[in-house]
Amino acid sequence: MEPTPSAGRAPGGAAAEADPVPEPDRRVPVGRRVLLAMAGLGIAGIVAGAKVQGAVGRALGSGLGGYLPGGDRFRIYTITGSFPQVAPDAYRLSVSGLVDRTLALSLADLRSMPRTSLVRDFQCVTGWRVPSVHWAGVRLADVLDAAGVHRGAAALTFDSYDGADTESLTLDQARRPDVIVAYEMLGGPITTAHGGPVRLYVAPMYGYKSLKWLSNVRVVDSAVPGFWERNGYSVDAWVGASNGRSDPPIQ
Amino acid sequence: MSDARVAGAPAPASIAAHGTSLVRFDAAERAAHWANATLFLVLIATALPLYFPSIEAAVGRRALVADIHTWCGVALPVPLAVSLAGPWGARLRRDLRRVNRWSAEEVRWLRSFGTHRVTRPDKFSAGQKLNAAFTAGAILVMLASGSVLRWFGPFPLSFRTGATFVHDVLATVIVVVVSAHVALAVSHPTALRSMVTGRVSTAWARRHAVAWLDEQSGEFRPGHS
Repeated sequence: MEPTPSAGRAPGGAAAEADPVPEPDRRVPVGRRVLLAMAGLGIAGIVAGAKVQGAVGRALGSGLGGYLPGGDRFRIYTITGSFPQVAPDAYRLSVSGLVDRTLALSLADLRSMPRTSLVRDFQCVTGWRVPSVHWAGVRLADVLDAAGVHRGAAALTFDSYDGADTESLTLDQARRPDVIVAYEMLGGPITTAHGGPVRLYVAPMYGYKSLKWLSNVRVVDSAVPGFWERNGYSVDAWVGASNGRSDPPIQ
Repeated sequence: MSDARVAGAPAPASIAAHGTSLVRFDAAERAAHWANATLFLVLIATALPLYFPSIEAAVGRRALVADIHTWCGVALPVPLAVSLAGPWGARLRRDLRRVNRWSAEEVRWLRSFGTHRVTRPDKFSAGQKLNAAFTAGAILVMLASGSVLRWFGPFPLSFRTGATFVHDVLATVIVVVVSAHVALAVSHPTALRSMVTGRVSTAWARRHAVAWLDEQSGEFRPGHS
């Protein structure tokens, strides 16, 4: 073991011989200790940070917690490394599968349908939450009704224009009034980074459910786990009641 | 700073024989420092739009910014590793041992949170030693947490949350420490200049690095720093 700083003296012998700095007997390897302490804290933080962050957030409450690094701002994740660029004029939302009518809805088609606005927190499963985000779009239930869902259908599969991300919802979840096909976010058109021109917004669930760059809605007979679920996240991603997390409910 | 201002004991013969300046950093050390500093600045500059949506709105091209951030992060250990690796790294290796080793007086400085004055400063001040150790630790931890964020596949998903937390908190500390480092460098132009030219005057060394100066004059050998 190394001496503690209070001892003020390094061991002699082999350590002293290996060290060309004069007067090694009165020197303490503080630099190495700082390095090891930081490495240890860093690894502990990566492994247990989910719990630490939750505890710190609860201790400080939502007010102060917002000032913590990593607090109330969006982090943009992509699973393909780039953003799919979809021109608003060229955008089409395909609705297919167990439906009476296959649809290819343009942005104008979506805007002509009944508009729903929501102001809700956006909670990420990695810990951050953006309070009171403004969303607008069409209820997914209205889109499904326009296509006519077959009896016996039970779930939806969603595809993204990024060609990689997929998501799922049960039909019951999809028909909730706070699940929308969104074309506005933060008070304007959805930017490419945020998944524009059209994305899903599933208010009561963790952010990975709100698939970006929504391209296809397929009506199927059972839920197929999406990209993040195949990587370990919960299929039923209720905020505060899944993924081993205890976040406060969405407001 | 001029030698004419130096009072006190006459310079030992060995110092006089080597003129009025000393090598503090050789070319490999300076190259490592400035390459490292450049990477840190690019990383901080690209982190700002990635983190603050208002800045991102002005900058745009998020995917490109994220790529630059990622690969500068991956490159972070390279300057130090390359400078240490070859025969050109002998002085840097010696200086790292020196940075690691703290005198009893420097330990007291640390434990008093910088209020205890170090009467016999080394080649590097205790604050510089602490900054060096912090920087090395920061490189390790940011590289590890950033890698988990970027390449999360092999890890349990809860590590993404932990890595996000660690990366954010340490990034904030790094911005504070780097800002202080730059402010101190600007307010100590001789020390800053030594990271450009590599040299300091013996007068500066007598005032700011007297333990190093005595050590050199006492047992000077060519090539020994």
